[in-house]
Amino acid sequence: MVKLRRTMMYVTGNNPANVMDAHLYGSDSIMFDLEDSVSIKEKDSARFLVYNALKTMDYGGVETVVRINGLDTPFGRADLEAMVRAKPDIIRLPKAEKAEDVIEVDNIISEIEKNIGMEVGTTKMMAAVESPLGVINAYDIAKASKRLVAIAIGAEDFVTNMKTTRSPEGVELLLARSQLVLAARAAGIYALDTVYSNIKNDEGFIDEVKLIKQLGFDGKSVIHPRQIGLTHKIYTPTEKEINNAMRVVDAINEAEEKGSGVIALDGKMIDGPIVDRAYRVLELAKAAGVYMEDEQND
Amino acid sequence: MTKNGVGREIPNYIEGIGQLKPYDKPFSLIPDGYKAGAKLKRPLPHANKMVKSIEEAIIATGLRDGMTISFHHHFRNGDYVVNMVMNVIAKLGIKDLRIAPSSLSTCHAPLVDHIKNGIITSLETSGLREPLGTAISQGIMDKPVIIRSHGGRARAIESGEVKIDVAFLGVPACDNYGNANGFSGKSACGSLGYAKVDAKYADQVVLITDNIVEYPCLPASIDQSQVDYVVEIESIGDPKGIVSGVIRNTTNPKDLLIAENAVKAILASGYFKEGFSYQTGAAGASLAVTALLREKMIEQNIKGSFGLGGITAQLVQLLEEGLMKGLFDTQSFDLVAAESLGRNPKHIEVDAGFYANPHNSGSAVNSLDIVMLGALEIDTEFNVNVISKSDGVISQAAGGHPDTAAGANMSVILAPLIRSRIPIIVDKVTTVVTPGETIDVVVTDYGIAVNPLRQDLLEKFKKANLKLYTINELQEIAEKLTGKPDTIEFDDKIVGIVQYRDGTVIDVIKKVKK
Repeated sequence: MVKLRRTMMYVTGNNPANVMDAHLYGSDSIMFDLEDSVSIKEKDSARFLVYNALKTMDYGGVETVVRINGLDTPFGRADLEAMVRAKPDIIRLPKAEKAEDVIEVDNIISEIEKNIGMEVGTTKMMAAVESPLGVINAYDIAKASKRLVAIAIGAEDFVTNMKTTRSPEGVELLLARSQLVLAARAAGIYALDTVYSNIKNDEGFIDEVKLIKQLGFDGKSVIHPRQIGLTHKIYTPTEKEINNAMRVVDAINEAEEKGSGVIALDGKMIDGPIVDRAYRVLELAKAAGVYMEDEQND
Repeated sequence: MTKNGVGREIPNYIEGIGQLKPYDKPFSLIPDGYKAGAKLKRPLPHANKMVKSIEEAIIATGLRDGMTISFHHHFRNGDYVVNMVMNVIAKLGIKDLRIAPSSLSTCHAPLVDHIKNGIITSLETSGLREPLGTAISQGIMDKPVIIRSHGGRARAIESGEVKIDVAFLGVPACDNYGNANGFSGKSACGSLGYAKVDAKYADQVVLITDNIVEYPCLPASIDQSQVDYVVEIESIGDPKGIVSGVIRNTTNPKDLLIAENAVKAILASGYFKEGFSYQTGAAGASLAVTALLREKMIEQNIKGSFGLGGITAQLVQLLEEGLMKGLFDTQSFDLVAAESLGRNPKHIEVDAGFYANPHNSGSAVNSLDIVMLGALEIDTEFNVNVISKSDGVISQAAGGHPDTAAGANMSVILAPLIRSRIPIIVDKVTTVVTPGETIDVVVTDYGIAVNPLRQDLLEKFKKANLKLYTINELQEIAEKLTGKPDTIEFDDKIVGIVQYRDGTVIDVIKKVKK
């Protein structure tokens, strides 16, 4: 089963109501933020709240991610000490600029894991790239640690550094986004897109999700529950796509039964990429509830 | 003491109230007797019904100590009429009155003093809000308040259980001979569905308006054959408190989540089909359900038969788009609904008896397929409390809750699993207003619970892959987060009697310990 990361919902770490029920809204992952959405005065309370939430809450299998403060801040180290113990699925490092940033966090996590008797490597990581230097080093970052499962792009800082602003078409982000997906694919990990801040503009949001899906991103960071359904809809395969995928899978199964090596469908040879795409379409369809495995032969 | 059909201990007799009949089952009581009627009169031709002031009207009606007067709550929290009339009554030195409004709001705080001064000694209503509800829960009245649903009140009046001596009814438009409606004028409230019952059955009817129109005021919701006096005053209410002027669509993620879950249940229930009927409230999640249902109706090309109850802009939209054939309106929740009532012949004003009286030949709730309802608490037997808060204080209203739950094919409770850190599902609700036997589905943000009495629905929901829990499982999820709340401690004194719609007693409310 392929893990889907179509949506990662941001949850402000010091908001108890949101921390309590963020998993109810159907996003593939939830990301508790200790960093930018938490004011300096609230850093400790956010860390304390998220720690206890992860220790006590049942998030019903929804992937949990914590965005820590950078190690160049007074909070990063304490965040790591607490969060490795709290055991979210993933710890997310903000503002990664080079491989060493990831390695440094990796080493500290290993040290903490050892100290508390946890198997080293249990804690997964993702890194966000938010600067021109980070984008240039994207591939090095993406393969810097075995813990890394994804890289994400953070656009706000990036466009500011680029001396521009975000446009509806996203032309200013095109190269960075492409480079990020390229790096992720080369390293064999997931690529996640940045947030869309205007929660009232559904149309703009939908356009952006269509764009990043086409670029190859696995999913989008979302800041409001209403963006989840909109994103999933776009990532839901059409009936035609599902039917095609099912026929591909049927053809493979048939060929395997017969023991024939070459698989053909409608007179065309089915090769590896087509098979991979078919499985991915069916995973997405299953996640969206528009396809059930046992209905396949109905 | 007798244990009633929902396991509550009900006294057999209460001083000043009389014998109490304990609730048994939703439809077990078979009524006896006939409808009551208003007093016969002999008005002389061309007599003048206009009087100069509320005071003059009160004197003309012959109101005296010990009588029963009534009001309606169509002006909600914008109402001026109750307080104005009660102040004049106090000035005239009339006391020991029973007041029987269809409901009361926060703006009726001055009633606390009238109770303390002995002007009001008995009170019967659908709802009470702070600070009056708090005062009553603290025991300021000797006689317990009687809480009735909207259908229950209509039944009580129509059967003569409540005999109204004088009804003081605020009306947004009225002529000088007593024809009135609610959908025009600066204080427009739309339907006068509750007031229509009082106008028909009270011995004396006084209309109070801030908008005298030329005779005849047509169409008339309350007509001249029922009205004795008409008073014109400066203002009968604050329009801002009467109806909201805007279409409210919630953006609250939790309301939307609950609404989405509810729509899944509706779609899976089998009741969502051509010709279905539907009622919902005006709270955020209910409004969202209507909006989502509209999309499904368009998508699946399904048209409903009628929308019922408190009518909102959302239901008016369904009517105007041809998605509903008609609307039965007892109470209009916003200006769009009020305005539509005056204009659209398929938007029909109905009185509370037509709406929900269980003892006429068939009220509208009996034809209802689906109703969306709220809850302050639900217990593991599916009993619902909509009257007292988690601290035991009376603060809300029974409204049409028990009526529609009893009538509908599927009654759905919409509620967050946890509200302000308090779990909504409890072992035993503080006050039973609606019996669990009439509640079919509970929809929360966490998932859905189906009343085990409805195995048919449970099967359908399972087939549709809905996220299902038992009610106990939902309770456990909540309590895992919040802990189990302490039980509230009450005094022995009974401050409220909650009647079921048929007049039997479903629960009593006790005085809170300070």
